[in-house]
Amino acid sequence: MRKRFFEASARERVHGVVDTDSFHEFLPPEARVSSPHMVMLEQPAAFDDGIVVGAATLDGRPVLVAAQEGAFLGGAIGEVHGAKLVGLIERARAERPAAVVILFDSGGVRLHEANAGLIAVSEIIRAVLGARAEGLRFIGLIGGAGGCFGGTGLIARCCDALVMSEEGRLAMSGPEVIETVRGVEEFDSRDRALVWRVTGGKHRYLLGEADAFVEDDIEAFRAAAIHLLDTPAEFSLESVEREHARLAERWQRFGSSTDAPEIWQALGVPADADVAMMNADEFVAMAAHCPGRNA
Amino acid sequence: MKRDEILKALFPAGWEPTALEHDYLEGRASVGGTMVTVIGTAERVEVGADLALRMAAAVLATVRNRPGEAILFLLDTQGQRLRRRDELLGLNGYMAHLAKCVEIARGRGHVILSVVYGEAVSGGYLTTGMMADACYALGDAEIKVMNLPALARITKLPLERVEVLAQRSPVFSPGVANYHRMGHLRAVWSDDHGQGLADTLADALAELRAMDVADRRIDGRIAAGAARGGRTMAAMVVERVRSDA
Amino acid sequence: MERLQYEVEARGAATARKPVLVGVTASGNCEVLVEAGGAPERCAIDVHTAAQGFGPIWQAVLRDFGERHAAGGLKIEIHDVGATPAVVSLRLDQALEAWEDDDA
Repeated sequence: MRKRFFEASARERVHGVVDTDSFHEFLPPEARVSSPHMVMLEQPAAFDDGIVVGAATLDGRPVLVAAQEGAFLGGAIGEVHGAKLVGLIERARAERPAAVVILFDSGGVRLHEANAGLIAVSEIIRAVLGARAEGLRFIGLIGGAGGCFGGTGLIARCCDALVMSEEGRLAMSGPEVIETVRGVEEFDSRDRALVWRVTGGKHRYLLGEADAFVEDDIEAFRAAAIHLLDTPAEFSLESVEREHARLAERWQRFGSSTDAPEIWQALGVPADADVAMMNADEFVAMAAHCPGRNA
Repeated sequence: MKRDEILKALFPAGWEPTALEHDYLEGRASVGGTMVTVIGTAERVEVGADLALRMAAAVLATVRNRPGEAILFLLDTQGQRLRRRDELLGLNGYMAHLAKCVEIARGRGHVILSVVYGEAVSGGYLTTGMMADACYALGDAEIKVMNLPALARITKLPLERVEVLAQRSPVFSPGVANYHRMGHLRAVWSDDHGQGLADTLADALAELRAMDVADRRIDGRIAAGAARGGRTMAAMVVERVRSDA
Repeated sequence: MERLQYEVEARGAATARKPVLVGVTASGNCEVLVEAGGAPERCAIDVHTAAQGFGPIWQAVLRDFGERHAAGGLKIEIHDVGATPAVVSLRLDQALEAWEDDDA
């Protein structure tokens, strides 16, 4: 039976993505390693500071896993939350698992401990890229209610590969932030279709920002993660130069675009295609025939 | 400091710009007798997809054409560009790409340094200056995510209470001193000694050059934050996640 | 923030096993951590709540919980962000169900 990724908690997602009963958590809730700063601001804490980290197997292979809890402060990264991720990556550098799998669900830096959160995000980025340079593989899954924004959006794009669902959202600034600063004409955050077209999984997949597109189903995320354990992964001067060429071309072609459909059609999506209505299989099949999709 | 003041203070004998625009600069300069690549932002510019790409190109050009040359970021930015168009194209992907270029440079032996001379805010700082082997800021510079009134609104606490708490903890209020105490900045450079700033930069560069690549790749900021008492939990958490059975 | 500590009478001694967490610290919600520990005929409950002045209501909800469940010998800790009594009761029920489930 389909179990939605979008609505599940971080722990439910982890247990559903990895092999049954294989998950072993580090610093579990009963360790009570939570944020000292929330208490100082008289705000309620979470036993795990909004992130689950541990070891498991995926299709029988050892992986380290992290899952952010988007329902706690929007999954935002503070000192402890961030350090749990850094610690997991350092552990990966020693243990050499088949992959580090990160289930993103976070709006970025936790404003209640903003300086600690910002530094932590930069430490996570450095740790991810440092580990990739040593040949470790990072797989990100994006499909939670909180989306993947701000510093977390940067961390996600430092991974080798990303899996997204239609409901997953990936961007730097959230639409609300842009609307607040630049006005509703720039970005109407209540226009859900617009938000979806700009930040949603289908657009990111067509653009080549996401590597796999799946239904909002934990089992589908699991299957995609397993598949990505064996796809080519490279982090070298040559690979970043190739990415540079792709990004430069995108900027060249679409730097004056204001909405997604014009980009989709330029990439080869048929003008009469109802992208929003397609299920995952139909959409992926259609995208496979887009000559311009630079994945 | 303003752009022209910092350039004059750091490179009193002049430098070789290949781009010197209102809000962007790029070129080479001699520091302590050796040439470094200089990549900088000015006038609190917003970092959009195009600027991230431009800085990435500058890093890659140095890696390709001048192996091992140190790279110096000089920063004044109000953060990421807040435009729908940039988000549509995947601004986070462009910024992450810049971080990857810096990491590749580091791995190939380039020393990376950053100096905040104006303002550094969130997304504009994360994949530029914060990626450096060693991060510095001038004493009158500003590093922040948000100001205290905005924090008070979000936490629904009275501003006066937040201001009192800000005196007690470096964790949420703006300021380079806080970023030093938390281990992020290697040092805060006093900016009232003109010629002295060039020597300070040369010393910092010499210190990094003396380390081997493997040591430079170790991010020592969590340990520094613990030693300075500005981040009390992170080091313990990293250690426990790394070693817990 | 307010911290409330209760001990309610409860039947049945739970066997020592792995801690259970349900719910999340979020507006209108609460997270509940259940662990073994304490006297077999009593259940110790430690509440951290963002809402001030609801002591009597917590007392009633928790006493009712002790009567409905075999929670003796358990230690429960709650992080609450203004959950209604119905939500608190639901989370406690889920927590106990998960605790008993895992016994298998």
